[in-house]
Amino acid sequence: MSETLLKVHAVETYYGNIRALAGVDVEVKRGEIVSLIGANGAGKSTLMMTICGSPQARTGTITFDGQDITRLPTHEIARLRVAQSPEGRRIFPRMTVYENLQMGASLDKLKHFDEDVEKIYTLFPRLKERQAQRGGTLSGGEQQMLSIGRALMARPKLLLLDEPSLGLAPLIVKQIFDAIKVLNKEQGLTVFLVEQNAFAALKLSDRGYVMVNGRVTMSGSGKELLANPEVRAAYLEGGRH
Amino acid sequence: MATTTYSTENAAGNLTARALREGFYAGLVAFGLFFLFVGLETTQNIRNELVLNQRWGLLAIFVAVAAVGRFLGVLYLQPWIASRKAARAAVVDKAAPEGFFVRNFSKIAIVALVLMPPVVVSLVGVQGSLKWVDNFGIQILIYVMLAWGLNIVVGLAGLLDLGYVAFYAVGAYSYALLSQHFGFSFWVLLPLAGILAAFWGMILGFPVLRLKGDYLAIVTLAFGEIIRLVLINWTEVTRGTFGISSIPKASVFGIWSFDVGAANNFAKVFGLPMSSAYYKIFLFYVILALALLTAYVTIRLRRMPIGRAWEALREDEIACRSLGINTVTTKLTAFATGAMFGGFAGSFFAVRQGFVSPESFVFLESAIILAIVVLGGMGSLVGIAVAATVMVGGTELLREMTFLKAIFGPDFTPELYRMLIFGLAMVIVMVWKPRGFVGSREPTAFLHERKAVSGSFTKEGHG
Ligand SMILES: Nc1ncnc2c1ncn2[C@@H]1O[C@H](COP(=O)(O)OP(=O)(O)OP(=O)(O)O)[C@@H](O)[C@H]1O
Ligand SMILES: [Mg+2]
Repeated sequence: MSETLLKVHAVETYYGNIRALAGVDVEVKRGEIVSLIGANGAGKSTLMMTICGSPQARTGTITFDGQDITRLPTHEIARLRVAQSPEGRRIFPRMTVYENLQMGASLDKLKHFDEDVEKIYTLFPRLKERQAQRGGTLSGGEQQMLSIGRALMARPKLLLLDEPSLGLAPLIVKQIFDAIKVLNKEQGLTVFLVEQNAFAALKLSDRGYVMVNGRVTMSGSGKELLANPEVRAAYLEGGRH
Repeated sequence: MATTTYSTENAAGNLTARALREGFYAGLVAFGLFFLFVGLETTQNIRNELVLNQRWGLLAIFVAVAAVGRFLGVLYLQPWIASRKAARAAVVDKAAPEGFFVRNFSKIAIVALVLMPPVVVSLVGVQGSLKWVDNFGIQILIYVMLAWGLNIVVGLAGLLDLGYVAFYAVGAYSYALLSQHFGFSFWVLLPLAGILAAFWGMILGFPVLRLKGDYLAIVTLAFGEIIRLVLINWTEVTRGTFGISSIPKASVFGIWSFDVGAANNFAKVFGLPMSSAYYKIFLFYVILALALLTAYVTIRLRRMPIGRAWEALREDEIACRSLGINTVTTKLTAFATGAMFGGFAGSFFAVRQGFVSPESFVFLESAIILAIVVLGGMGSLVGIAVAATVMVGGTELLREMTFLKAIFGPDFTPELYRMLIFGLAMVIVMVWKPRGFVGSREPTAFLHERKAVSGSFTKEGHG
């Protein structure tokens, strides 16, 4: 549990002249669940996207599995088995659920597809019921499951999740977080998670980071952050589930 | 069907009677309305005198149209609309089983097309078949093929290309020039023209890689115009607006020729009377084969990773990249593949006309091809074929409607109204079927168990 899988070092990312990330350091070790919390517009999604190479970091380095990926194009980073369920889910609306999952497995040219799709269906039985339905017609929660399922089909070494609980009923949130936990425990999947739902995220995570205005201002184990008065005041009060 | 039931014979009889009655009244009203407007016309003759012309024939047509229209409307249209409303109101519990004809539409269509020339020849003779095989058959099939080719770019990959005619032109000029200067045969130059067009597809692809939607459309439009302007102005090679004429004919793989003087002339070898119809029939089969090749390749590619990547690209480019798909090569292959079929069609066009000039490759052609793709329902091969048949065949039919001269006078040239009717048809189809003839995308992964909730019944949303 000590080997570093992802290391983000002094990364600055710009949208034009606007600096969205102002020197971010984040580290994710193999087998960990790490969460990133922060207010709206703090730069969480930007960090996720920067790890995936679009937009690319202007300065700083990103290392994945010992390889510098700072300047790699997005699709090549994906080929190193960094899978993401991005903000807004981004499933393919006119394709069926089944086809969406196939797209997720396109890296391996569907070699392990039949085996993996069954695993996804065990994780999210709802997707199996809906496999012939078009992605765009799924409910929000189902789309979220599909987005995560599609990312998992790539057999990722690192799974990036951007607000998996966004707009979902508490029951579904629990279902999805349980699924993440199971994947982590049983398959040793490394997860880097952005969440607004700070309580649930920190409870689930080994470690967490707090981001404010494009900087990481605090980090620690999930328990520590949950107990921290500042964190409680900013992200947890009134938000207990 | 709760309120309107026309099942008993008595009701049916009543309906016919009512339709007859209403038709008669409609005719009467039309007669009253149009008697003075249409039946009589005043003109001035050379001596500036007012002359009263009587146009009873035209009046009769107006009255007949009103009467028959009302009659048919009452008898068929109204019950049909009522039953459709009732059907829509009723809960759709399962999709209606599709008939034999619908299920096997493409197979039936292919067989019909293969059999068409011999049937036409036996019906109207060798010389009479020219019109049907050439003006209708070949003309429609060229557009079917072009639209299928463009469909790869627009329908599958979602890249709006307004300059597709450029690749058609590249194919046509490749054949025209290379056959004249180097004497290569059609069968050698056909693949070469496709490759050259594909190459130009890549050339177009590079600068527009980062463009999307409207911007992409404008740049591709400009590209199409550039190619045309080059063809006009590069006179040493292309002879400008004069075009290139006496382009050699194609032969049956070098075995039989269609040149009149040749020893192995097709008609001579088989002891048939000389006629250009054989050549046209041969060309009909060539373009049929080329079009079917386009369809076959499209169907195969859609099930392969590259075809999937095209469709995914159309849906969400960012998601594509994050799944490890190289969107650059995906776009370029879409442009190149689409362009290649445009090039094939172009060299066929050159061999069919025997003459090419920049006139044939104006923006309007791109627009028509794109209109066919949109009308057919982006991505659906059958829908596009139907759209091409309706639009191109319809405008060809206009030429045949010489009887219209009887109504609108001898100066009336129906072809001039081609685009008007084309536009009208397009508006009607788009109102009636906003996503084209075949609007729903056919999944390429087939599951054994089909869910009751299929996509076609539900609205599409992006969430
Ligand atoms: N494409 C863009 N162009 C310009 N500015 C952008 C762009 N995307 C994000 N930003 C800006 O960068 C900052 C960080 O945005 P980001 O999406 O990373 O926030 P976030 O932490 O994910 O917020 P939320 O919790 O609301 O999703 C914001 O101020 C945002 O306005
Ligand atoms: Mg965000």
